[in-house]
Amino acid sequence: MKIHEYQAKEIFSRFGVAIPKGMPAFSAEEALTACDYIGFPCVIKAQIHAGGRGKGGGIRLVHNQDEARQNIEELLTRPLVTVQTGAAGKKVTRLLIEQSVQISREFYVGITIDRSRARQVLMVAQEGGVEIENVARTHPAAIAKMYALPGFGLQNFQFRQAASILGLTGEAYKKALKLFGSLYNVFRRTDAALVEVNPLVLTADGNLVALDAKLNFDDNALYRHADYQNLRDISEEDPDEVEAAKQGLNYIRLTGNVGCMVNGAGLAMATMDIIKHFGGEPANFLDVGGVASASTIASGFRILLADPHVKAVLVNIFGGIVRCDRVATGIVEALKTIELKVPLVIRLEGTNAIIARQYLAQTGLPFAVATDFADAARKVVKAVQGC
Amino acid sequence: MSILLEKNTRVLVQGITGKEGAFHTDQMLTYGTQVVGGISPGKGGTQTPKGLPVFDTVNQGVKATGATASIIFVPPQMAADTILEAIDAGLDLVVCISEGIPTFDMLKVSSVLEHSGTRLIGPNCPGLISPGKSKLGIMPGFIFKEGCVGIISRSGTLTYEAAYQITNLNLGQSTCIGIGGDPIVGTNFIDLLRLFEKDEQTKAVVLIGEIGGTAEEEAADHVSQGYSKPVVAFVAGHTAPPGRRMGHAGAIIAGGRGTAQEKITALQKAGIIVTLNPAEIGATVATVLK
Repeated sequence: MKIHEYQAKEIFSRFGVAIPKGMPAFSAEEALTACDYIGFPCVIKAQIHAGGRGKGGGIRLVHNQDEARQNIEELLTRPLVTVQTGAAGKKVTRLLIEQSVQISREFYVGITIDRSRARQVLMVAQEGGVEIENVARTHPAAIAKMYALPGFGLQNFQFRQAASILGLTGEAYKKALKLFGSLYNVFRRTDAALVEVNPLVLTADGNLVALDAKLNFDDNALYRHADYQNLRDISEEDPDEVEAAKQGLNYIRLTGNVGCMVNGAGLAMATMDIIKHFGGEPANFLDVGGVASASTIASGFRILLADPHVKAVLVNIFGGIVRCDRVATGIVEALKTIELKVPLVIRLEGTNAIIARQYLAQTGLPFAVATDFADAARKVVKAVQGC
Repeated sequence: MSILLEKNTRVLVQGITGKEGAFHTDQMLTYGTQVVGGISPGKGGTQTPKGLPVFDTVNQGVKATGATASIIFVPPQMAADTILEAIDAGLDLVVCISEGIPTFDMLKVSSVLEHSGTRLIGPNCPGLISPGKSKLGIMPGFIFKEGCVGIISRSGTLTYEAAYQITNLNLGQSTCIGIGGDPIVGTNFIDLLRLFEKDEQTKAVVLIGEIGGTAEEEAADHVSQGYSKPVVAFVAGHTAPPGRRMGHAGAIIAGGRGTAQEKITALQKAGIIVTLNPAEIGATVATVLK
């Protein structure tokens, strides 16, 4: 789960990380009041989950009330387009007003989990404020990595290594040790997937301040942190995906026109891939999970068909424990309550597939039954191209 | 021979009295798996409806039955602890089906696993099957057939798809392992590639990968250093958008890394034959075996 910068900073601050004086605002009026409270010059930062806000114009330095009013107005009325939002951009409804900070140096600090080593890793780089993904690709050596001791976590000597790599000395060095310790506590105590400060800045007056803050939680551990539910911003999520999740379905909208409904995440991805392979474009990822009952199938159809771009639908079920004849009954039941205006191709394989296909053929309903995976993909792509 | 799982492997089911545990215990028994008992804390001393002994702890179960393997069906909140118990009891092979285990809990498991003699498959996986011999998992047995192809996969139903294609071509499988869709899993491609290389029954290996992480690249690196059997691969998620979790916790393109294309390029460079069409996994294996 992702949260906003201002929420992450609040948590960071609780753990002893220095952050700039700031205040969140949820309307233009509140934002103006916050500017007055913080004092000019101050920085107005759009709060969206996507990155690349700086370059996209989502962070504005203002020197007086007039500038503040104009910039707040712009940020709250125009969708913010960044490299991560897509062309349509993202509507901004929350702002963070912060005091402007005199920057002497900028660094990158991140803590995450290295999957292949199964270790926590502290990453630091002398260059902060830039897109760290690009640095990782072009100058991987510029990012120093300290791997936690298995079972015991990151150690103080690793914080000393990191501070030294950043070239810090004297008071700043000591502050860095404390900061790494605090960030690591955030990481552990919140069950985080990622803690990132980019940039961490050394101010002109010698303080180490988290100018930005990113905190992603491990979804699997959310049950241990009931209070984090309040931090969730549903407006950052696709409403169809939220609705699907309520029905126990895993749905992700894409940009194509071939809707697909599949059991299992791997097969669902492979179904998207095979649609593309035969010249079509998948409209979505939809995993109905291990229990494909009539009601889950019906919910799946409703979500798929609510997308106006969908010009044909492919149902691809590999029955294991799930029996295909039950799935077939589910499809027929679902189609009684849903008006199907686009071609439908059904492929059922696995447990009781033959009975299911015979049953579907008898119903006389207007769908095509595919003989195998490739046949299904070819048929549905042809159906779309015929439109 | 197959790998890891043989006809006489004696198995305990951890969580045998739960709904899923009970159902799949029956399914495994029907397939021929030597399920010799189960664990259900607080219900030790009782029996399942099929007459299998139930124990409070894995240690007791091992002592009474001589089991060397277990399969875990418990809720994710307690799954990591359950795996640790199985490792502590000295089992050779542990399969964890449970989905949704917190990553921190798996870090703990992983650090203990490193210094143990236990092999963990999963979590968040369908388990493994040595067709015609035994199954330690939740896959439908009838789509598999004893044969010469080893399958290693990060997915469930996509593995069934691949195995079924191979069965229909009359090739069959030596052992199929679903390693799991989580960011941290007990066993990766490389460990199993090594085992398949030594297995006489296995003549070719199929790798089914997906977006996220670097497991496929590491497997490619291993194969490029010399591998004596042909390897065929498919990587799911060519059309997956970046930054989105595609169902599995580990299937995500993060920071531009972990794309299907990167993985395919690495696999091809290692001499692995990659099919872009998931309906042709079986046919591709058939070609390399000719």
